[in-house]
Amino acid sequence: MSGLAILIPVALGMGALGLAVFFWAMKHEQFDDLDGAAQRILIDEEEE
Amino acid sequence: MNAHATLAPGEAHAEHDTRFTVPGIRCAGCIAKIERGLSQLEGVEAARVNFSAKRVAVRHDERWDEDSLILELAGLGFEAQPAAENPLAQDDKETRRLLRALAVAGFGMMNIMLLSVSVWSGAGGVTRELFHWLSALIALPVVAYSGRPFFSSALMALRHGRTNMDVPISIGVLLATIMSFHETVVGGEHAYFDGAVMLLFFLLTGRALDATMRGRTRAGIGALLSRMGKYATVVQADGSTSRLEAKELAAGMTMLVPSGEALAADGRILEGQGRIDNSMLTGESMSVAVSVGDTVHAGAILIDGPLVVEVTAANDDTVLAEIARLMDEAGQSRSRYVRIADRASRFYAPAVHTLALLAFAGWMLAGAGWHQSMIIAIAVLIITCPCALGLAVPAAQVVASGALSRAGVLVKDGSALERLAEVDIALFDKTGTLTLGEPVPDVSALDVTAQQVALGLAQASAHPLSRGLAAKLRENGVIAAEITEIDESAGVGIRGNWQGTEVRLHRGSEKTEAPGTELRIGDRRYAIGFADELRADAKTALATLSELGISSRILSGDTKGAVEKVASQLRIEGFGGVRPEDKLAMLEELKARGHKPLMVGDGLNDGPALAAAHASIAPGTASDISQQAADAVFLGKTLAPVATAVRASRRTMAIVRQNFAFAIIYNVLAVPLALAGMVTPLIAAICMSLSSLIVVANSLRLARAAR
Repeated sequence: MSGLAILIPVALGMGALGLAVFFWAMKHEQFDDLDGAAQRILIDEEEE
Repeated sequence: MNAHATLAPGEAHAEHDTRFTVPGIRCAGCIAKIERGLSQLEGVEAARVNFSAKRVAVRHDERWDEDSLILELAGLGFEAQPAAENPLAQDDKETRRLLRALAVAGFGMMNIMLLSVSVWSGAGGVTRELFHWLSALIALPVVAYSGRPFFSSALMALRHGRTNMDVPISIGVLLATIMSFHETVVGGEHAYFDGAVMLLFFLLTGRALDATMRGRTRAGIGALLSRMGKYATVVQADGSTSRLEAKELAAGMTMLVPSGEALAADGRILEGQGRIDNSMLTGESMSVAVSVGDTVHAGAILIDGPLVVEVTAANDDTVLAEIARLMDEAGQSRSRYVRIADRASRFYAPAVHTLALLAFAGWMLAGAGWHQSMIIAIAVLIITCPCALGLAVPAAQVVASGALSRAGVLVKDGSALERLAEVDIALFDKTGTLTLGEPVPDVSALDVTAQQVALGLAQASAHPLSRGLAAKLRENGVIAAEITEIDESAGVGIRGNWQGTEVRLHRGSEKTEAPGTELRIGDRRYAIGFADELRADAKTALATLSELGISSRILSGDTKGAVEKVASQLRIEGFGGVRPEDKLAMLEELKARGHKPLMVGDGLNDGPALAAAHASIAPGTASDISQQAADAVFLGKTLAPVATAVRASRRTMAIVRQNFAFAIIYNVLAVPLALAGMVTPLIAAICMSLSSLIVVANSLRLARAAR
């Protein structure tokens, strides 16, 4: 039983952390332009 | 950046965000070019391209406005339009809300399952109570948050005296949650928190899939009118000019149109000559020469001018506004279409409610007590709740639309797929739809040297005919001859020097209907005819359609003779000289006779018909308006995708029906268990996941639907 007292909060906490990260990502428009993200890696930054 | 530094401190520096639609963004290079190009400008703080939405967001100060930024974008080589008050924002918000609800439901489901598994495997006493309490603690906020999309939709339906899929879902979830909470408080054996949250998770998956697929829906009529010129320079009675807004124009006024400006009203040319780009109206990229006495329409762009135009129709009377109105009205009939899932739920929802109620009444009569009866009624609701039904349609449609987009057909939403599957007659526009819509030169009269010279000249010119010629010759593997002293004069042609001989490429000498070019090498003359060719596979595509039981006809604004020629070539019926109103009338007549017409067209004059038809497809070269009005857009030079789209959508609906059938079989098996009071939370959870998995697996078979 005493193990549960630690493990359950840990499980919940990690889940909540994942959820928080997902919400953060949504809010910061990380999923707004998925095709664009795939294209952008091809842009050559050195080019002048 | 220096500009910022030189500003006096404290001076207000208003920042503006302007958004443009730039359909021409196709690759990483375009992103880099636009972002670098715009960011270099003074007063532009940032430019960000959204590749998926083909949009550019620019943050700038008051030194820039919409028009000047559009000019800058044009300078970079991209045609841009100001994005009207973002019509996608609504859809976008909806998708985000669903995704967030889905994430929360997923989080809740996983944690509650974790606790439930130990209860199922025999945890008892204090441990079980603790776990039930923990589950309740997680489930209550999760249900309150993730259930909102269903609750609000159910409430809306009930308020209007209707019932939809969301009513049994909401009742099931709410009752299960409340009863489980009651069980928890009194220390009962079974809590259905896992079932309720899992139900929400699966249903939200279906909804989120559906919303994601909708992606780019029609941006609406707003975009159409934004193309119309916003201002016009009007000549007053005393000879002075003033700049008026489009809405202040009236018939009888005289306006001065400089090169590069979009016409703000319909009119007749009084003075001057030039070329206008009618692509907005016709979808044709070739500019048209106009001179005194010709009629010009609002939305056309003057390429070279200037012109003096007498306004004959302004504002709501212009051809453009008329077409917008027709489209608006025509589109309304389509919005009355009822999605298959909603049709199914019309029968489903009352049946489920009655069943649950009967179960409750039956067990009460049998003397089981209200608590026991209630638990059984809830088990019936949870088991019958349309998990599989909620996934049946979106899962199949998402997989199918993915397959279609790989085959070159972009379908706008699920309802489009459903309607495409039902069509039984196809109406085709001619130019740009059955044909490629671009002039292809006939170079058979040229010998090898002539071809080399022609390419040398043509590739130096930006004229559409020259570009067509150059493309065709390069395709044939011709190597360009070296031409020196190249000189192009607009409207006349291009000349140059080839090995000491004067060579020219200019307008054909004969006055023919089809555009033609003449190549001169010294004294030798070669005529190069241009024709708008049929798409290479037009015949086979139409044959495939007729195999699917769809007869085809041509409905074109072109002359009767031209249409008949193509019609007899393809052996289908053809109607020429058809105006947009006539197309609508013909569609209405077909609909009245019980047909479900498919319209395939590209020009703006097809817009109303595209919006009115049961389903519609436009080629990727179509005018923006037509692409927006159509349910699907097909890319490439072949017509085959049209047949593919119909076939794939029919296969999709077959799979959807299989999914429905499966859901019904599942219910037939599971409901007796529930009625008998044998469904524990464990059985409910297994049934629900299993049925959802089977439906998704069945839908995945569509991945090859478009082959």
